[in-house]
Amino acid sequence: MTAQEVRLCGLLLQEHFGNVVEKVGTHLIRSGVLTLRALAHETKLPLDLVKKSLCVLVQHGMCTFGAGRRGPAGPVEYRINCERVFHMLRYPRYIYTAKSLYGDTGELIVEEILQRGQMTMSSTVKTVADRLTHNMPEGQSMDYSEVVSAFSQLVETHFLQRCPLASAGSSSSGAVDTPLPVATQNFLVINSYDIYSTLSQGKRRRSSEDGEADQCAAKKARTDDSECGDDRIYWQVNFQRFHLHFRDQAIISAVSCKLDQSSSEIVRTMLRMSEVTTPAHAAFTQALSANEIFRALLSSYNIARPILDQYLSLLVDDPMEFVGKTGDSGGGMYVVNLHRALANLARATLESVVQERFGSRSARIFRLLLRKRHLEQKQVEDFAMIPAKEAKDMLYKLLSENLVQLQEIPKTPDYAPSRTFYLYTVNQLPTARLLLQHSYKTVGNLMERRLYETKENKRLLEKSQRIEAILASLQATGAEAAQLTEVEEMITVPERQQLESLRHHINKLDSSENQVDETIFLLKSYINSTQASR
Amino acid sequence: MAGSRGRGRSQFSFSVDALGFGRGDSLPSSAHTPSPLFPPMQFRPVPLHTGEEVDYMLALKQELRASSKNLPFHIKAARTKTDVAHYSDKYQNGETKNNCIEWSPDWSRMPKELCIKVRKPRKTGAKPQLTRKPKVAAGKEEVLQKLETLEKREEEQHSEEEEDEEKKKQNEEEPDADEDYDEEDLEDETDYIMSYFDNGEDFGADSDDNMDEAVY
Repeated sequence: MTAQEVRLCGLLLQEHFGNVVEKVGTHLIRSGVLTLRALAHETKLPLDLVKKSLCVLVQHGMCTFGAGRRGPAGPVEYRINCERVFHMLRYPRYIYTAKSLYGDTGELIVEEILQRGQMTMSSTVKTVADRLTHNMPEGQSMDYSEVVSAFSQLVETHFLQRCPLASAGSSSSGAVDTPLPVATQNFLVINSYDIYSTLSQGKRRRSSEDGEADQCAAKKARTDDSECGDDRIYWQVNFQRFHLHFRDQAIISAVSCKLDQSSSEIVRTMLRMSEVTTPAHAAFTQALSANEIFRALLSSYNIARPILDQYLSLLVDDPMEFVGKTGDSGGGMYVVNLHRALANLARATLESVVQERFGSRSARIFRLLLRKRHLEQKQVEDFAMIPAKEAKDMLYKLLSENLVQLQEIPKTPDYAPSRTFYLYTVNQLPTARLLLQHSYKTVGNLMERRLYETKENKRLLEKSQRIEAILASLQATGAEAAQLTEVEEMITVPERQQLESLRHHINKLDSSENQVDETIFLLKSYINSTQASR
Repeated sequence: MAGSRGRGRSQFSFSVDALGFGRGDSLPSSAHTPSPLFPPMQFRPVPLHTGEEVDYMLALKQELRASSKNLPFHIKAARTKTDVAHYSDKYQNGETKNNCIEWSPDWSRMPKELCIKVRKPRKTGAKPQLTRKPKVAAGKEEVLQKLETLEKREEEQHSEEEEDEEKKKQNEEEPDADEDYDEEDLEDETDYIMSYFDNGEDFGADSDDNMDEAVY
């Protein structure tokens, strides 16, 4: 774990779970694997607090435990899963995706499960239905079956998965260590028994509450019921599936930017058809024939068969190589080149970063070096058509930022400078890693600045919260306008301006975090794809 | 090699002019300080994305941040006992204690060593209260002491129960500013709003060094 990653993990844990969990978490990340006693001793926290923190982390899937070095007889060892902590940065994106795919019900289901780590289906359905009913106008209530159907849809499309089974013992928890992809097949199946039992319970309870108008009384009755039958079956969010969805979205938007809307619709259809058949780390989707694609195209796109063929050949000829042709049967067999698309997207990100930080001429040099691999200084000046002095300046600046590397090729065994070629080069993968670390540092800086701004204006924020509370309670008890204005005036005009600018700054910082996270996602997917193919 | 050192002595593979300084000149002085903390930027950054999607995700992020503070997963260390016993301690029993956990995890999925006492939830608090009331009614002839102890226990559970009720409300509803106000009033049975109560710990803590005026 790099220093920036540890810092970011610490900030994320602190934001969501407080200082105690942050201390425990960062110490565990730095040390790698620790037992409970060692952890308590080294962090100098009371043992109970450490236990509570570990419970929270295990509940959310951020900490795994297993038999230690001494085997099953020895103490249990704990390890933090850093990637899972970074996913916390992306929660709004997951929830928004669920909303766009499955509506408000799906959004609330995913939000509940994300906030609580893992939940049983019955408790999720209960909570979500209650929340929806609460937001509905008086007299209406949310039917459990709708929530159940949204839940099952999420499971069927693999956005939710079952948690791996944990054995009853503490140290013999080998089942927990099994990597998820191997056993994922079992965890994505929802038993019809689960759905039936939850549904029937829901129906029974609803009929008994039809007579009760009071919401609180209804809640009390529900909590008194015994468990639902799916007591030991927990569900969690399947982050990998969301990431595949984001990757597909990125490819489709890139195609629509580079070519046009219709070609992006064709690529969207191709990706949709191969959603469930393509394994997670595949380099290409399954081959699809042009006939199949034509049949699967929605009629709203209005693309005729010969036009489809033209678009496909256009996509294949495009230098970005999103789509490739693998055969001629069935009107032509086409695949989407996933890994190559990711590499191209990462390359575009790198080029854009250089362009925005150093100017378009430096970006030209950078692109040149990416294409031509190794160039001498003189050749760089010639190919980029930039005067020698400026080219030298830009090259050295890029070199000092580590975006460009120098490769020495000696003519003689002693690396005498007069008899060595010095070639400039750019390696895409190491540069992507470098930018990823920069992005982690950026998000860390943004979060720290936001915390600083909040701390600086804490007094003002508390005052405004108190005044809002007073106003709300006055309005609830039906006060007159004069009293309300009097209370409102307790915040002076300069304070109001300060509050406004504070809100503006915090919104900007939050928005920036979301945007940097998109870059993090792209670069991380690219790096993972190169590792998978090895 | 020694042999070829005489021939073509000062021929480099790149032209010396391109380096930016001539032969015999001293190298430019190296910097002795670390690079500045906020280096000046050559170009202004590109403005952020805008749009409905961006705004919605921003609102989601801020909501999640606010609501996660109220969930039981947000662990706060219990306040260490100060030497002096305060009057307010009697009314602040409901604060978190280190040795109980506020939510009930599935202990079968966790290692046994992490097992910790679960804080009594609201429903079990309600039942004893119901059973106590008939007892109090029936035991009219009981000693006054028993009535007093029962009253005290009722008070504790009542405050505990109301806090759990608030925590549940906070979990299920969108957090809004009403909570602060309600919590302050309902936390205990006094008529006073808790935040107005001053422990008196800050009195005399400020330094008296620069006191030019008299103290009244």
